[in-house]
Amino acid sequence: MKQLIFLVGVLMGTVASADEWRGFMSAEYRGFTSSPLDNDQHRSYVSLAVEPEYDHAWDSHRQSITIKPFYRWDQQDNARSHADVRELFWSYAKDRFELYLGVCKVFWGVTESQHLVDVINQIDLVENPDGEDKLGQPMLSTTLLTESGAIQFYLMPYFRERTFPGEEGRLRSFPRVETDEAAAYEDKKKRNHHDWAIRWSTQLGNWDVGLSHFYGTNREPRLLPAINDRGEAVLLPFYELMRQTGLDVQGAVGAWLLKLEMIARKSKIDEFVAATTGFEYTFYNVYEHGLDVGVVLEYLYDDRGDVANSYFEDDIMLGVRLTANDVQGTEFLLAMIQDRTDKARSFSLEASRRLTDYIKLVVEGRAFAGLATTDPMYSFRQDDYLQLGLNYYF
Amino acid sequence: MTQIIRISLMVFIISIFSAEIPADEGRGLSIAREMKAQERGYGNYTAEMKMVLVDTGGKESVRLLRVRSREMEDDGDQSLAIFDSPADIKGTAFLTHTHIKQDDDQWLYLPSLKRVKRISPANKTAPFMGSEFSYEDLASIEIERFRFSYVGEEALEGVPCSIIERYPLDPYSGYSKHRVWVEKARYIALKAEYYNRKGEKLKTLLTSDFRQYLGRFWRAHQMRMNNHISGKHSFLYWDKFRFRQDLSDADFNPNSLKRMR
Repeated sequence: MKQLIFLVGVLMGTVASADEWRGFMSAEYRGFTSSPLDNDQHRSYVSLAVEPEYDHAWDSHRQSITIKPFYRWDQQDNARSHADVRELFWSYAKDRFELYLGVCKVFWGVTESQHLVDVINQIDLVENPDGEDKLGQPMLSTTLLTESGAIQFYLMPYFRERTFPGEEGRLRSFPRVETDEAAAYEDKKKRNHHDWAIRWSTQLGNWDVGLSHFYGTNREPRLLPAINDRGEAVLLPFYELMRQTGLDVQGAVGAWLLKLEMIARKSKIDEFVAATTGFEYTFYNVYEHGLDVGVVLEYLYDDRGDVANSYFEDDIMLGVRLTANDVQGTEFLLAMIQDRTDKARSFSLEASRRLTDYIKLVVEGRAFAGLATTDPMYSFRQDDYLQLGLNYYF
Repeated sequence: MTQIIRISLMVFIISIFSAEIPADEGRGLSIAREMKAQERGYGNYTAEMKMVLVDTGGKESVRLLRVRSREMEDDGDQSLAIFDSPADIKGTAFLTHTHIKQDDDQWLYLPSLKRVKRISPANKTAPFMGSEFSYEDLASIEIERFRFSYVGEEALEGVPCSIIERYPLDPYSGYSKHRVWVEKARYIALKAEYYNRKGEKLKTLLTSDFRQYLGRFWRAHQMRMNNHISGKHSFLYWDKFRFRQDLSDADFNPNSLKRMR
């Protein structure tokens, strides 16, 4: 018994000395400028979220574990009240080798307007319509650093289905996507299909180059009309298998960042090429006031043209990024995506500023204009909104 | 009459402290080379850094970083800074590969997105984390990227110093020159004035609390940067210098920023 107490004491000691809990809590308000299309939807939404993170490293920092759960409560939208394991993994890193086992998050790519190459993690769409939030992906992953670049391999034994706003949520399709009932899969093993991916990335002078290949369940479902158990017309996700080869290139020349992402994707249903390319030019320290002004211009292309699954097939994104480089870390990004063939246009705003060392104000907004009835974003036509959030970091 | 004397005295003083004196380029360069020679051979180090930002009202903000750096053969130094505070950017890492013959490589790792973003080489002049130090103030001085001149000699609080000037050749630098007070005995910079592109004195750096490592390398543990235009100043306190650590390519590789902690 004494030994057990001693052991617990030692363990507690290591926990207290080397371990760390941190994370954030956030309170947000989302207000919509127009009344909703559906009576079930609302004009304003209050929501709370928490994302604690626990990290512990040992063995001279060669081994570590990370635990990062997430929970959001939403006043109106039941689907947006959701929990996720963002990260839960053990890692081992020594010299030129890294191993990750568990639930991880991976990001590939270089462009700002959309992320074509980035296909490892499922999008947590109910969290934010911009698709930047991701669900944790279970995997076994290795990295090997060689003289000619890094080679990463991923084995993903379990698939996560995309989240969608619920009946009372805004920024959703009409009819809505039903996620309470079983989604359809091309593969009979459904979410247990073993997906895999490999990526090679390297630096050539002032250029970063990445080449990747993925085989497995497409994270982006096709949405098929169906009738649910309650007899309502809904959309049901259908997850097909796909094979995708991706290229991402980024060069830094003076004040220019030149970017390209390109994919070739093939499934049983279709085969296409899509690309995003453009630049970010930054005026640094304007008038010696510490302000950086960046101009982002990107062209978005998809050779399928105007089909249901793609928002952007021949579009231009123009953005302005302001970075104040002040004590508060003030940042501001305003972007517009304009379709070149019709009048469809969407705007987005992201801004943040620290109020104290622990509290940050985050402002987001989105607006849509000129959407044609055939546009996949047409169901968002009433959904212009402004979101205010306070994040508390601990 | 006294007016004339006063004016001629002022002209005399100004001429002493401006480039009126014939610039002695060779002597300036040899002092800069000696400074670099004193620095070379450190291998690598890790250290902790506390930044204290003080605004015009005296309000302080603290930033904590961990830093590692290493020398490269025939190329500029490589360095990595990991931010521990403020809490919202904890874990963010900034990796720099300075080069002698080409533009520097810079990457920023954003832990919440798991994204490595390349930073363009022109990003030199902006304030580092809201401080009075800009990115270029914290970069290693590579001889090939400056022109030098020798200005004269002056005692700084009784310590004999040579004054040299460095003229950045980098088109992205925010400075027309640095005027540097180099301690004669140890070839370390005790003071530096930074002049903007318009030739105005923008900032003054004062370094102190020098401690010696490996019986050779002197490191300032306190740096104070005064901004003469904004009236703000920032302190850098260095601590826990550890030289010749077990650091490898993987510790400075943009492809393995994810594992930096």
